[in-house]
This record gives sequence, structure tokens and C-alpha cells, in this order.
Amino acid sequence: MRKLSFAGLALLGLVFLGMPTLAFASPPSAQEAGAVQEEELDPALEAQVRVLAAKLRCPTCRALSVLDSPSGMAQEMRGLIREQLRSGKTAAEVEAYFVERYGEWILLQPKAEGFNWTVWLLPVILLLGGLAFVFLTARRWVRQGQSAGAVIVEGGQERES
Amino acid sequence: MNNTIGYFSIIAALLLSAGGAVVAFSALRRGSATAAAFGRRAAYGVFGLATLSTLTMVFALVTHDFSVGYVAQVGSRSTPLFYTVISLWSSLDGSILFWGWIIAGYTAAVVYVHRARYRDLMPAVTGTLLVVNAFFWLLLAWPANPFTQVFPVPADGPGPNPLLQNHPFMGLHPPLLYLGYVGLAVPFAFGIAALVTGKVGGDWIRAVRRWTMAPWIFLTTGIVAGAWWSYEVLGWGGYWAWDPVENASFLPWLTATAFLHSIMVQERRQTLKTWNILLVIATFLLTLFGTFLTRSGILASVHAFTEGLIGPFFLGFITLTLIVSLALVAWRSDLLKSEPALDSVASRETVFLLNNLLFVAFTFTVLLGTVYPLIAEAVRGVKVSVGAPYFNRMSVPIALGLVLLVGVGPALPWRRGSPELLLKKFIWPGAIALIAGVVFWLAGATHFTTWLTLVLSVFSVGLIWGEFWRPAQARRTAHGENLGAAFLNLMGKNRRRYGGYVVHLGIVVMAVGIALSSTYRRERETTLAVGEAIAFSGYDIRLDSIYAGREPQRDFVEAAFSIANGGERLAVLRPRLNYYPMSDSPIGTPHVRTRPTEDLYLSLSAYARDGSTATVNVIVNPMVVWIWIGGGIIALGALFAISTMGFSAERSEQREAARGSVVEPVKAGVGGAD
Amino acid sequence: MSWKKLLIPASALPIIALLGYGLTRDPNKIESPLPGRAAFDFVSETLEGDTLGLADLNGKVVVLNFWASWCVACIEEHRYFIEAERYYADQDFQLLGVVYQDTPENARQWMRRRGGNWPSLIDPNARIAIDYGVYGVPETYFIDREGRIAFKQIGPVSRTLLKQLVDSLLVLPAGVELTGADAIPSGRSAGHVRGGVEDAAARVGSQP
Repeated sequence: MRKLSFAGLALLGLVFLGMPTLAFASPPSAQEAGAVQEEELDPALEAQVRVLAAKLRCPTCRALSVLDSPSGMAQEMRGLIREQLRSGKTAAEVEAYFVERYGEWILLQPKAEGFNWTVWLLPVILLLGGLAFVFLTARRWVRQGQSAGAVIVEGGQERES
Repeated sequence: MNNTIGYFSIIAALLLSAGGAVVAFSALRRGSATAAAFGRRAAYGVFGLATLSTLTMVFALVTHDFSVGYVAQVGSRSTPLFYTVISLWSSLDGSILFWGWIIAGYTAAVVYVHRARYRDLMPAVTGTLLVVNAFFWLLLAWPANPFTQVFPVPADGPGPNPLLQNHPFMGLHPPLLYLGYVGLAVPFAFGIAALVTGKVGGDWIRAVRRWTMAPWIFLTTGIVAGAWWSYEVLGWGGYWAWDPVENASFLPWLTATAFLHSIMVQERRQTLKTWNILLVIATFLLTLFGTFLTRSGILASVHAFTEGLIGPFFLGFITLTLIVSLALVAWRSDLLKSEPALDSVASRETVFLLNNLLFVAFTFTVLLGTVYPLIAEAVRGVKVSVGAPYFNRMSVPIALGLVLLVGVGPALPWRRGSPELLLKKFIWPGAIALIAGVVFWLAGATHFTTWLTLVLSVFSVGLIWGEFWRPAQARRTAHGENLGAAFLNLMGKNRRRYGGYVVHLGIVVMAVGIALSSTYRRERETTLAVGEAIAFSGYDIRLDSIYAGREPQRDFVEAAFSIANGGERLAVLRPRLNYYPMSDSPIGTPHVRTRPTEDLYLSLSAYARDGSTATVNVIVNPMVVWIWIGGGIIALGALFAISTMGFSAERSEQREAARGSVVEPVKAGVGGAD
Repeated sequence: MSWKKLLIPASALPIIALLGYGLTRDPNKIESPLPGRAAFDFVSETLEGDTLGLADLNGKVVVLNFWASWCVACIEEHRYFIEAERYYADQDFQLLGVVYQDTPENARQWMRRRGGNWPSLIDPNARIAIDYGVYGVPETYFIDREGRIAFKQIGPVSRTLLKQLVDSLLVLPAGVELTGADAIPSGRSAGHVRGGVEDAAARVGSQP
């Protein structure tokens, strides 16, 4: 029985192992005749562009980032980010360039400073406080269980006195 | 004519729901059966009138009666019939009429199903639901009246919002969402009834479970359908932008899910009574809040309709609901006290508490992020944005916790988990998760949170698998059934529990899809001349042609790309841009090739006027399809869990619940019903 | 009765107050950080093929208008610009258009049809628009003689706004700052188009 159970688990594991492995392994790409080679892009630069573009809000659409938006304006902004990075500006300088023109509004996440800390810290405080509360509550309930004299019978049957 | 019938039925529905509510509540005080029966008939009558006004609107839309205000606003002779019918919910007033119809339908259904039961609760339930009805009919009678007279009658109208008539899915996604949203008023009404009557014990919890599950299924599928629609239609290759309106649909889902878990604790252990009441109230308030967000124009969003008097009306109703509900909770707080007994902190009760904590923290985070721009403007006088980077960063730890609990919860027994039992249940899943972790890492899944999601998913699936496997094995030995029969019997006899576990598996599948597709997405924007090709991520993408065409309601430009891998032709994808007469901007329709391991997503962003080149955004999205599959598994599991319909089923379920505490195996392998 | 328990749900009350406050705000009005600052210089080609830069207009009051041929709200304000061009003809005043996300042919055609003799610049890669923090069209910047941005209008300008602002900028000694938002009734922003529209009219083949 244990063996079969293990086999079942292993099968499930394999399914889960298999799926991502397939996804990571890029299928070999044979160049079709006439296909144009991918133009040379500097991967490090592109990664930097993507990180920056994901932080900026596309001004012509409402909730999308410059990275995600298919709009023409976002496309131009990605180009400008690339150009500025290439000319030697740091990521912080490029970000400052956009904030200078569009205001803080363009940043998709509030800067962690001053009053903005509330939006970053309140959920964390709630979560930690909640964890403490849950722990204390559970312990109180356990004490209740001890004092109430609930009986645990063999086989897990419970009976409250 | 249409205006007269429509408006008359709205006014009649308003009067009848308001009058019915008063009478139904009076039945509560005097215990009069006649008054209770009147409340019931009022509910049926309101539904009849609601149906009449809705059908009148659909008729006016289909017959292009432009003397009707709403038709003049969204109708157009060139719009195909299907989109004409669904334009009922494409704009503000019509969508509120649709809302009103659904709430009236739910009210009538609740009143009918429980016509002979819960005699003490039902008058208050009917009354509360009729008050909610009255609010919506008031909106329709005054600030959102769709039946305004238009004079002179225009010959034609602009047609519905292009984004809404760009994809047939708009016929499915909004109704699902509304059915979910509106239906959550029912558990709220039961909660209020429990408070009003002082019967905060078992009855309302039993009645409300199914009335929460049904809207929850609609809401879940509605949200997933919306994500799918956004992926297939909006052209940016994503499915969730943390847009305020998406958040608005997500918030009540979170609290409703928390509620569905915590009522189990009350069923078993007669505790968390206050908490459960607060959760249903919060859920209903969040549905109102979400409707308010979309209808008041308070937060700009692609989905938002325009403003008017509707914002203040909603705000007033939210405030009223909040004050009345909390006053009731305070009034009854001594009845709501309860403390259960536990034997070990490592028990299912504790996991439920943690689950609720995570859901509430999630709700709080999303709510805070959604309204923070307003807070910042009020406090600092500066407009800020809170978007995907914030929500992703904040929600990932919570979501990871939930993926873990999805497996740990079912594995822990009520009251106590002995160390031996825990070891027995956790050792194999834990070992396999560890091995899987190493394999995933070596396979290249080195993005930490994604890797952790995968490992936790394997662990949780292992734990859930154990909950299927051990009892099935026990059945096999006890009844001599074969493995398949043992599984089926086990699941069939404990539908609620195993339906729930299937939902959990769906959550895991979805989590895996979300994690992988968000971290391993590859994207490339490129301009190709006709005949030219690029190689990207294993695909050779060639632009074959660009052409224009015309459909009744729109013009389009389409580009055909043939996709090959090596010499093998895989597909021809035709992303396009649609041009609607009344819209400045073209609406893109991407074309997606979906496979189990990855999607190839082409979205046309521009083209040369002479048809020589096209700019296309190529996105390779791994495992996205598993998000939708996960959503389907969740829906099926939930349907299975509530598939025991009727009263006899409800009674047998009570038996099951009562027996559950006995059956729950402390000794592994002893489980299984019977 | 434990009123303490109500403290948690009562935290929803500030949210309601907040939403009430939110109802009074216009989410589409985003304060630009630019007014009060020096206008960024730029040089580009006009629709007629000349090269023109902001520096060439030094000493003049410049009304810098971002527009597009696909923008419906731009039609309305265009009339006022034509009036202004005539009215301020012998003053130190210059209208300057910048074409936003549009093709030069469409823009040229549009100007020909609607009239107006002021130059409009082509903005390749939207660099001028991004430099000025443009969200959509129409948007109009009022630049004083010293080359500083005095005011930014999001959405179409009204006749009154245009006249008041230009009058005050022409009369005021250089360097006096206008805090536009308080001093001047802002025009409606209803017609402001944010939809990032590319070459809407540049369709291949069938043109309706």
C-alpha cells in the first residue's frame, strides 16, 4: 500500500516536474532559409530597459506600465529609456527624468519615503499583528480544551463533557 | 411606448420592494404568517416587474427604438444582433438595470427555495433583500433611469463601447461577474436576519453555505473569464493589471473565500460567530464598494462608466449598510461570544485562523493600494499611482502562504494533530517537494519566488493526494472495492469535502501557471517588411501579407504571419486592428496560439500605410493556459461540492458534517466514510 | 456589549469619508510639475519642411499646442487658435503646434482643411511630447517671454482661458509667475483623449 501511494505521488511529481522543464527548455530553432537573424540586442541593456519600463506608468493608458502597454506612446518611451541608458545615464537618472516631467504619478509604485510608508508598512503590521493574534487565540483555545476536560478517545472520536 | 412600460415597471418595482420590505420586517415583530406571505409575494412581484422592464429594454435595443435614452446612447443599426442584446450591460444605466434584474431574481429564488423553512429567519432575509432591491430600483427610477424620452428621435446611434463589442466573450464575462457580485447579497441578508432574530447559531450558517457557494462560483469564473478576456483582447499579453476595477471584483472574492472557510469552523466548533457575521457584512459592502468604484468615476479606469448622482447615492447606501449592520453586531455581541476547546495548536482550527488572516491581510492590502491614490491626494496633495509592481510585491508572500495552506489545511485533523500523524502525513510530500526543488532549480527555474511556488505546489499536491489516497485505500480493504470504485465512492459520499480538495488542486494549478508565465515570459517588438521573418524563441515568424477589410460594424487591418519551427509550418496567426466608426483609437485583437507548455501571442501595433511593413509585438508566455485550466478545475470542484441539492441532501450532509468529527482519522488509514 | 470589537469594522468609516472626498476630485486632472519652470528647448521640422526651434521664438509669448488629426476635441479649440492668431497678430505672440502620434500627411491635410497659418512641428519618436510630460491630446502650454512655462492646460482650451492667459502674459513684466490653477478658471478636460492612438487614419486600403 505504501509503495502504491508512493508511486502515485511520484507520478504527480513527474507531471509537475515535466511541465516546467518543458517550458524552460527552448526548442531548438533551425534557421529557415531566408529568415532574418535576430538583430543584435545587448541583453543586459534590454533587461535594464524592461526593469525601468515596468516601474513607469504608461501616460496614455490607465493602469498599464510602459513595459506592458502596446500603445505608441509607451513604445516611444521604451525607446527613450533605451537611448538614455545607452548614453550613460543611470537608472535613477532616467527615472528622475520622467518624474520631473510627469510628476510622481508616473511611478507605478509609491516611493518608500515619508507618508508613503503607510501603504508599504500597514499591511505588514497587520499581517504580523494578525499572526501574533492567531497564535494567542489558538493557545487560549488549547487551554480551554485542557480545562474543559474534553476527552480524546482512541481512534480520534471526540466527546465533550 | 417602451419608455412608458419600462419606467412604469421600474417605479412599480420600487414601490413594491419598499412596501414588501416594510411588511416583511413587520412580520418579524408580530410573527404574522400573512405578513410573511406578503413579503414572499412582493419578492415574486418585484422579479416579475424587473423581468418586464429588462425585457422591454432588450426589445427596445433589438428593435432600435432610439426614443429610449439608453438605446440612443449605446444602440446602432450596424451593430450585430448579439452585441445589440448584450449592450444591455455595456453602459451605466443598462448595467444597473441588469443588476436590478439579477438581485430581484436572487430574491425570488431565495424566497421560493426556503418558502417552508427557516420560518423565523426568512421574514428578515426577505426584508433585507427587498431593501437592497429598493435601493437599485430607486437608482433606476432617478439617477440611472435608462428609459428617458429622447426627442427628436435620432435615426441611428453610436453603438456600444468598441472594447465591449470587440469579442463575443463580453456576452459571458459581465453576467458571470454580476451573478457573483449580486448573489453575495444573499448571505448578507441571512447574516442580518441572524442578528435581527438573535438566532446566530447553526441555522443561518447552514442555509447560507450554498447561497455563498453559488455566487462564489460565478464570481470566480467571472474573474477568470475577465482575465482570459483581457489576455485575448487587450493585446498586451497579460491578464491582470491590478486595475482598480479588477481589484474591486477581487476584494469581495477574497472575503467570500475567507467566509466559506470560517463557516466550517462555526459549523463544527460553534465559534467565530462574530467573525463570520463581520465577513458577510464586509463581503457585501465590498460588492457595493466595487460597484461604486466602477459607476462613480472616482478612480479612472478603462472599465469605469461615467459619474453623475450615482456616486453619492451609492456612498449613502454604503454608509447606511455599514452603520445598521455594525449597530446590529454591537447589539447582539453578547450572543456572539464563544470559545472552543482545542487539544493542540497544530490543528485544522488553527489553519483556518491562519487562512482567514491571510485572506483578510490580502483584502486589506488590495483595498489600501486601490484607495491609496486618494489618501495621498488628501494628505499630501500629490497624485500618486499604485500599480502592478506594488500589488505583485505585496501579494506574493501572502499568495505563497495560501499555496502552502491549501495542502496543509486538509491534512490537519480537527482539534489535534499528534506528532506521529503529522510525521506520517508530511514526510512523503515533504521529501518529494525537496527532490522536486532540486530538480526545478537544475532545470533552470532559478527565479526564487517562482521556484518556491513550484516547491510548495508539489508539497500541497502531495498532501492533498494523501487525503484522497489513504481513505481510498481504507475503503479498498474494508469493502473489497477496486481502486477506481473506491475513489469514486469516497468522493461521491463526501462531495463537500472532496469538491473542496479539487478546488484546492485547481488553486495550485493556477498558482503554477501564474508564477511561470509571469517570470518566464519573453517578449520582442519588431517591424517586419512583407516576406521578411525573424527568429524568436524557437519560432520563425514571417510576415506574409497585410490586408484591410470591412465588417458590418467595423473596418479592420489584419496582418498574416506564418509561424514555423525549422522547416515545419506550425500555424498562421492573424492579429488585427479594428476601427469602429465612433472611436478615435483602433482596438487591437491579438492572435494567440495556445499550447500546454507555452502560448505564442502576436499583437499588431502598427503598420505602414502602403501595406509594406507591420510592427508586431511577439510574446512567448509559458504555461498561461494552466491558469484557465486551474480556473476550470476550481469551478468543477466547487460545483461538485454543492452538487448535493435538495433538502434530503442537506440533511445527509448534516449527518456527514456531524460524522466528520468522528471519521476524521487520527490514525492514518482509518479514514473514509462508512 | 463589547464596543471595542466595533473598532475594527469602524475603520471602514474613514474609507467612506475618503470616497466622499474622492467624489469631489477629478481623476483625470493630474497636476503637471512643469509650470514655473523653464521650457525645454527643442528643434524639429515643421509640416512645411522648415526647421524651427523654441529658441527661435525667444522673447515672445508662445502657446505650445499638442494636437493630432484623429483628435476630436482638437477641432473645437482650433477655432479659438485661429481667432487668437488674428487678434494678437502684431504682438509678441506665437502659436506653435506639435503633432502628436500622427502622420505628417494627415496633419498637413487637417491644417489645410481647418485653416490657421502657424507652424506645427513633426515630433518623431514623440520626444517633444515626452519632454513636456504629455498624457494625451489636446494639451497646451503657455510659455512666457522669458521662456518659462506659465500654465498647462489638459484638454481643449476655452476662448476665455486663452485670452486671459495670453493677455496677462503679454502685459506682465517678464519673470512674474502665474499660478494658473488658482488664477484662471480651467477649461473642461472632457474632450481630452488619452487613447494612445497611432495612425488611425492611415489605414491600408478601404477608407470609409
